[in-house]
Amino acid sequence: MRDKTMTPEQVVGRLRSGMTIGIGGWGSRRKPMALVRVLLRSDVTDLTVVSYGGPDVGLLAAAGKVRKLVAAFATLDSIPLEPHFTAARQRGAFELVELDEAMVMWGLTAAVHRLPFMPIRAGLGSDVMRVNSQLRTVTSPYDDGEELAAVPALRLDAALVHLNRADVHGNGQYLGPDPYFDDLFCEAADAAYVSCERIVDTADLLKEAGPQTLLVRRAFVDGVVEAPNGAHFTSCAPDHDRDEAFQRAYARAARDPEAWRAFADRFLSGDEDAYQAAVAAFHKEEA
Amino acid sequence: MTTKATRAETCVLACAEAWRGAGEILASPMGTIPAIGARLAKLTFSPELLLTDGEALLIGDVPAVGAEAEVVEGWLPYRRHLALVATGRRHVMMGASQLDRHGNQNISCIGDWARPTRQLLGVRGAPVNTLNNPTSYWVPRHSRRVFVERVDMVCGVGYDRAAAAGPSATRYHRLAHVVTDLGVLDFETPDRTMRLRSLHPGVTVEQVVEATGFELAVPDEVPYTRAPTDEELRLIREVIDPRGMREHEVPPA
Repeated sequence: MRDKTMTPEQVVGRLRSGMTIGIGGWGSRRKPMALVRVLLRSDVTDLTVVSYGGPDVGLLAAAGKVRKLVAAFATLDSIPLEPHFTAARQRGAFELVELDEAMVMWGLTAAVHRLPFMPIRAGLGSDVMRVNSQLRTVTSPYDDGEELAAVPALRLDAALVHLNRADVHGNGQYLGPDPYFDDLFCEAADAAYVSCERIVDTADLLKEAGPQTLLVRRAFVDGVVEAPNGAHFTSCAPDHDRDEAFQRAYARAARDPEAWRAFADRFLSGDEDAYQAAVAAFHKEEA
Repeated sequence: MTTKATRAETCVLACAEAWRGAGEILASPMGTIPAIGARLAKLTFSPELLLTDGEALLIGDVPAVGAEAEVVEGWLPYRRHLALVATGRRHVMMGASQLDRHGNQNISCIGDWARPTRQLLGVRGAPVNTLNNPTSYWVPRHSRRVFVERVDMVCGVGYDRAAAAGPSATRYHRLAHVVTDLGVLDFETPDRTMRLRSLHPGVTVEQVVEATGFELAVPDEVPYTRAPTDEELRLIREVIDPRGMREHEVPPA
């Protein structure tokens, strides 16, 4: 069977400017940050990003990589507003396709099921229908005759997700309380890349938890990256919590262009090893 | 317990009342005082309520706010939570950056949506919430900045917009209470516009009218918000919020 292990650089090497990329996790939780960090340093740009947005969206927007964002929100959870996202919106840096949270789920579901759309009640009466003038409604063919919103399929060129464990073939496992929508992102994409805290033997996948935690199936995965602490600074329960001190430093820096340049120089200019080393130094200073 | 309720404690009680008689449904509070209120409702008059830990677990006990649950009774990750919304077996109490007289709510952005002067959270789940399960709102600072003539982006759907969108939008749409630091509002008027339901002790009608940026329906007689009983006050102070987090969200008047 195929060994799909890759470096983060190899994953990003498969991405092209102009692609539609789905990013797993939710807010500041289990985001594939190691992959995002490499993407930041690449020349790939002009992206359409689909995300339950967190610092992934913030960083990509700050780096000018986003042409269009499909999202219901962007947040750092313990810090409600994602400062790069808000700043980018306020300067008109990208086009926003603003959908309700359930509409994003249904759009991904439609893509997974190879359907053109899914009907949903959400959106009706709200300005989601006004600001997305391409959104249509659909009338039930049955006796109820209900008119519902039709969420178009959110088909992706590529998906990036971060899980707790995976084998080299792309079977991915989450060990935290919430799968988020990572399996949908992978199955909605033409190519999916899974980073994980640790690569384990297939035979060991059930050593830590039951079969229902095997969220992502290898048939939908093109590349596997071992990236310990690769969700940093977002949470990756139970392997690590959100790094709140670092997130606060990120948010503080993001609110001021000069501070941001210094932050990016210190943390984002090198490779992943350099990043993790800079984070360790940051914590030594804070202690 | 002989001291009377603080303004924050009155707000807790008013939030709890939103879940009275709700039965076996999920209480989804957003904000500290609504979270204390939901727990108070569960410990008193609405024992069948379901509560989450704020993440993916349904909790089987009622820990203090900020403390971890010791009993888990169910699993509710985001995808199941969104599906639960569609079943209607949930009453959410959301925040609002702007709210108009019809109950349209905005948490997305301030100014023109195409180029907002202030980007906020985004619509989040407000559209799906309001069309599927009963919705209340919590506004910790009642002001003309929040209570506006017209919201900049309709996220949570109000009565007028639901009616205009047709029967699929109105079918499960219900806005219940709007709880603020000054009083409780509702939509129990013939045209479903916002009405002053009760005043918190110490607040006048004039204060509420002054802090509201649209014409509010005000009945001839406005009652005061019910005062918590001694037992309710004990539960709030000793069991649910021993650290007094409520007083940070609504400081003493």
